Amino acid sequence: MITLAHAYIVGGLFFGSVALLSLLDRANARRFINFAFWGLLATSFLAGQYLGDLGNGVLVLGLVALAAIGLGQGKPPTTGAEERRASAEQRGNLLFLPALIIPAVALAGTLIAKETDWGPLFIDPAQATLVSLVLGVLIALGVMLIWLRPPLLAPMQEGRRLLDSVGWAAILPQMLASLGAVFLAAGVGEQVGALFSQYIPLDTRTMAVAAYCIGMALFTIIMGNAFAAFPVMTAAVGLPFVVHALGGDPARVCAIGMLAGFCGTLMTPMAANFNVVPANLLELPDRKAALNGVIRAQIPTAIPLLLANIILMRFLAFPS
Amino acid sequence: MLVLLGIGVVVLGFVLRANPLLVVMAAALTTGLAAAWTPEADVQTLANAGIATIAAFGKAFNDSRYVSVVWVVLAAIGLLERAGLQERARIAIAKVRAATVGRLLWVYFIIRQAAAALGLTSLGGHAQMVRPLVAPMAEGAAETKFGVLPDRERYLIRSHAAAADNIGLFFGEDIFIAIASILLIKGFLEQNGIMVEPLQLSIWAIPTAIAALLIHSLRLWLLDRHLKRVLATGKVAQS
Repeated sequence: MITLAHAYIVGGLFFGSVALLSLLDRANARRFINFAFWGLLATSFLAGQYLGDLGNGVLVLGLVALAAIGLGQGKPPTTGAEERRASAEQRGNLLFLPALIIPAVALAGTLIAKETDWGPLFIDPAQATLVSLVLGVLIALGVMLIWLRPPLLAPMQEGRRLLDSVGWAAILPQMLASLGAVFLAAGVGEQVGALFSQYIPLDTRTMAVAAYCIGMALFTIIMGNAFAAFPVMTAAVGLPFVVHALGGDPARVCAIGMLAGFCGTLMTPMAANFNVVPANLLELPDRKAALNGVIRAQIPTAIPLLLANIILMRFLAFPS
Repeated sequence: MLVLLGIGVVVLGFVLRANPLLVVMAAALTTGLAAAWTPEADVQTLANAGIATIAAFGKAFNDSRYVSVVWVVLAAIGLLERAGLQERARIAIAKVRAATVGRLLWVYFIIRQAAAALGLTSLGGHAQMVRPLVAPMAEGAAETKFGVLPDRERYLIRSHAAAADNIGLFFGEDIFIAIASILLIKGFLEQNGIMVEPLQLSIWAIPTAIAALLIHSLRLWLLDRHLKRVLATGKVAQS
């Protein structure tokens, strides 16, 4: 049976190759830092279960320190613009197909593991989607290696090219999920709950849902990042009120809550990648303004959509 | 009440644009120390609390490795890009024939949302697609119809090109099971003792995706009406 442990080995080997290839890349002035960062992450994936809690904590401190110093950008060998255009012309829309293998295998694998009798022999039903996803990536890679005949190291080099452009932000979601554990242990949710219930009546479903969704959007506007707002608002309002006190379904509440946060992303200059970078690229005259043209074009969609999220959560998230 | 300092550290750190990983770690340590703090607490107690927090964070980090395992997808996407995936998408978008700005942006919006829902978030983006292709095509559609554009409308059209990209991406990507936000939710819930499958989460992104599609389609229809009202008279005056 394939389990998450096998998926971690695949992940560890991927990060490990990125680390080694970074070390060999003389075009990157900070190659040692990149090597250490991706190497530590690979260590976590390959050996995290043997390191002990404190060992893992120290490993995370190392990752944070390296990220704070700053990672560099490597220059992996890849194809040029001309070569790519020729390949795109020649191969046509078939190029989209291998990318679709990944979600198709992930979905099929999940259904097989959960709905058939023989599925669990191959795929761990408890983590079916993630296992199937990694399986889908491996199958897609196999298809592409046969079809496109790139150099054997190309998947790692191309993966490194994209991973370098993501940088340390690659582990931000995992860090925020872990912060949730610390919040839980310290009782942050209960404390905020006590504070909130003194001032705002969160005892009806409609009020609690509205407070959670609007809170997600507002915190995202302030911080510029829905991922960062999520653990804070969900520990404060989402879990204690909407889920535990009023009977909301956690998966539905959180899925819609995150999207309420995305409505905030549309309205904030703090989300520079999405709202300021395009204003600069498109040479808008008001690109330096707090509410530049892009944000103003988005607000009239964001506000009705936030309202739609509140209504959807109110009517979908309470199955009983 | 002191444990709320951790939340304050997250907010303040992000507002001040400190390195977010550093902010998260600082918030965790602040929370752990604040939970242990009493007026009588000595240095030894606090040091122990700090170490215990680092260990708790390390355990949670190790338990939620699956949040980051999805980056292996980049090896496959990178390989496709090497073979001209983005160029192919550009060829496909350039072939779109739409009579008006609103319809052109609507087609791009639908493609962007659908591609993101299938995990192809890299098919699009402001530098790759909006600036070189979508914005000029939208401006071109307006110029064909109305003649030379006043600056105000030109920038309005460009802004809408960027908005279509963002909105299509945000409200498509969560339908794909292996996107960071979905796994962050899974990880956070698991740390709170609630087990959910990514598929359960992504299914509940669909209603909002449909709402976004409806609302933004209406917006683009209104954009066409606005442009027609403002610019149609100008064309008559010019000709």
